Amino acid sequence: MSDSSSKESVDGLPQPEITKRVERQVCYVRSSLRVILCLLPFWFLISFGCGILFRDWLDEHAPKIGNAPFGFWMAQQGSIIGFIILLVVYAVWMNRLDRRYRISE
Amino acid sequence: MSQDVYNFIFIGFTFGLYIFIAVTSRASSTKEYYTAGGGVSPFANGMATAADWMSAATFISMAGTIAISGYDASRFLMGWTGGFVLLTVLMVPYLRKFGKPTVPDFIGDRYYSKVARGVAVVCAIFICMTYIMGQMRGVGVVFSQLFGIKIQSGVLVGASIVFLYAGLGGMKGITYTQVAQYCVMAMAYTIPAIFIAIALTNHFIPQLGLIGDFTAEDPKVPFLQKLNNINTELGFSEFTAGKLGKLNMFCITAALMCGTAGLPHVIVRFFTVKNVASVRKSACWTLLFIAVIYVTAPTIGAFSRVNLITTLHESSYETAPAWFKDFEKTGQMAWVDKNEDGKIQYFGPGKSEANSNAVFIGKGPSYPSDDAPESQLVGEYGQRLLANKGDMTNPNELWFGNDIMVMANPHMAGLPMWVIALLMAGCIAAALSTAAGLLLVLSTSISHDLMKKIVKPTLSDKEEVNYARAASFIALAVAAYFGINPPSAFIAKTVAFAFGLAASSFFPTLLAGIFSRRVNKHGAIAGMLSGITFTISYIVYFQFLGGSPKDYLLGITPEGIGFVGMLINFVVTFVVSYLTPPPPIEIKHMVDEIHAPDRLLAAGVDTESLEDPDGVGGEGI
Repeated sequence: MSDSSSKESVDGLPQPEITKRVERQVCYVRSSLRVILCLLPFWFLISFGCGILFRDWLDEHAPKIGNAPFGFWMAQQGSIIGFIILLVVYAVWMNRLDRRYRISE
Repeated sequence: MSQDVYNFIFIGFTFGLYIFIAVTSRASSTKEYYTAGGGVSPFANGMATAADWMSAATFISMAGTIAISGYDASRFLMGWTGGFVLLTVLMVPYLRKFGKPTVPDFIGDRYYSKVARGVAVVCAIFICMTYIMGQMRGVGVVFSQLFGIKIQSGVLVGASIVFLYAGLGGMKGITYTQVAQYCVMAMAYTIPAIFIAIALTNHFIPQLGLIGDFTAEDPKVPFLQKLNNINTELGFSEFTAGKLGKLNMFCITAALMCGTAGLPHVIVRFFTVKNVASVRKSACWTLLFIAVIYVTAPTIGAFSRVNLITTLHESSYETAPAWFKDFEKTGQMAWVDKNEDGKIQYFGPGKSEANSNAVFIGKGPSYPSDDAPESQLVGEYGQRLLANKGDMTNPNELWFGNDIMVMANPHMAGLPMWVIALLMAGCIAAALSTAAGLLLVLSTSISHDLMKKIVKPTLSDKEEVNYARAASFIALAVAAYFGINPPSAFIAKTVAFAFGLAASSFFPTLLAGIFSRRVNKHGAIAGMLSGITFTISYIVYFQFLGGSPKDYLLGITPEGIGFVGMLINFVVTFVVSYLTPPPPIEIKHMVDEIHAPDRLLAAGVDTESLEDPDGVGGEGI
């Protein structure tokens, strides 16, 4: 971040303060990408994984949901419930990130 | 009171409500016209987005498809909801941060090119038009059923109502109308399901009924077991098994998911809330509201399958219920008495050597002209006769369109008249809300991105809104035409094509634009063009020019080809981008800015200081 020292600060803050902000920003971007990369595998697993790719195996070996085979149930209902949970986790996680980095619009 | 009176009361009341809301919240500025001023609460926006999202395809056609194809229809269930996750996580926060409500606007600025913007506008027009066609068809099916009129007139009635409130009210009017429409849809979908679940499985929560026991007759058997038995007895494949290959299933689901994430009319809905935190909250609400209907759909599909077969199979035409004759009148059901015993027989492809259960020769039923002699119009038992010849290679006598399953369902179960009227109102709400949302995006693309940004930059706000209204009128006229002459028999299929187009054009370009600093305008333009051209030609060749299913690429049907188009788009985008010079430095900063939180930038930190050696925030994905 050496080049930032050559810039004029616009909001009148001292240079070290600005450097800290930039570092925080880079950290923030990195953490938010990590959130996405953590959630997407689950997204793939509960839909394509359980519902299509490993469906036959799961129908046979996984415990039944009520009277429905597991893979079939995941394809028809389970994955949708899973998606909602994913989005709630995403919202809560991102809000916590925002708080930690003291970001508010 | 008769059914018609109930229908008129429910539909009249809901229409009055929609138009009242549209008029009272009329948009006066371009900002209100496009994004409702940006102050809608996350909860209300969630409902509006859910209504916008769930179209006639979801509401009318999806449960019917589930009833016919069982497990295979999961592609719609998973595809449409899973795509919403992608949209929320990968697209919306970043596009929102960028601050441009329309997709062509983002593409035009990110790829610093009028050509890219132009290509995006053309793609948006194709996607929205295909999608609206499906909706108009849906409106037509419902109206024709409702008033016993031809589908053509039904489409025209629907089109004029959409124009009235979408064209006038803009986004502001649409948002609050859609909130009302969501409430109507949710009630209309779940109430009949609850009634039927109680009748068939003794559960008042339909979702538990599906995985519970079938209790309508002794001895009790698991419901899905019962359904499988019914299916296999008649020569269909098991309900819980699938006929589509794994690869096909994968491709169609993926095309629907990625298409969803590139759908311009849903992206714009997230510009109507206050900030990014509200966007995330609103997305949770939206998916929850969507799930209310999506988790009920499999139960409706399964229940109506059982009801349909137990009411109609082997029953004589003369004692067939009145609704059967109503659907016959509008051409949505047909009976060809092949063995001349006066009874309706329904069989699957397993009962014939040719492995087909086609009722007659030809794609859909066609009828003799109205002035033909009586003997050609009405058969021995009073049934409506077809002009098609019966297909005698199999014993199946019953034909029906997928799209009527949901509407016929309460009739089959003998539900009270007000439930049926409510369902009708819900069907219309579903089709209208989506058509209105799409129409708005279409008209915005034309007036804002085409007229103002490319053709005539001096356009005033007022002129722009006028262009938007004119564009929506023309678009509706075209959509109405194709609603009358649809490109495929079922709504869900037509809509699936729209998703394929969106997946192959917008999804990769948006994703690359957000997450890569290296992708330039040449790559984006080449990618979009190659993706959408490939997809359109595949669909047109196999759907309209009579390509035979034997020649499918790896056996992938036109519904799923958008996924392959998407991969082509990705490859072309990156290859071309790396062969041509990198984008200017401002664009790299723009990409960094999309990822960076607002407040830090507002404090005046020069974005150049964001250039870090690790490339974080740039080509991370």
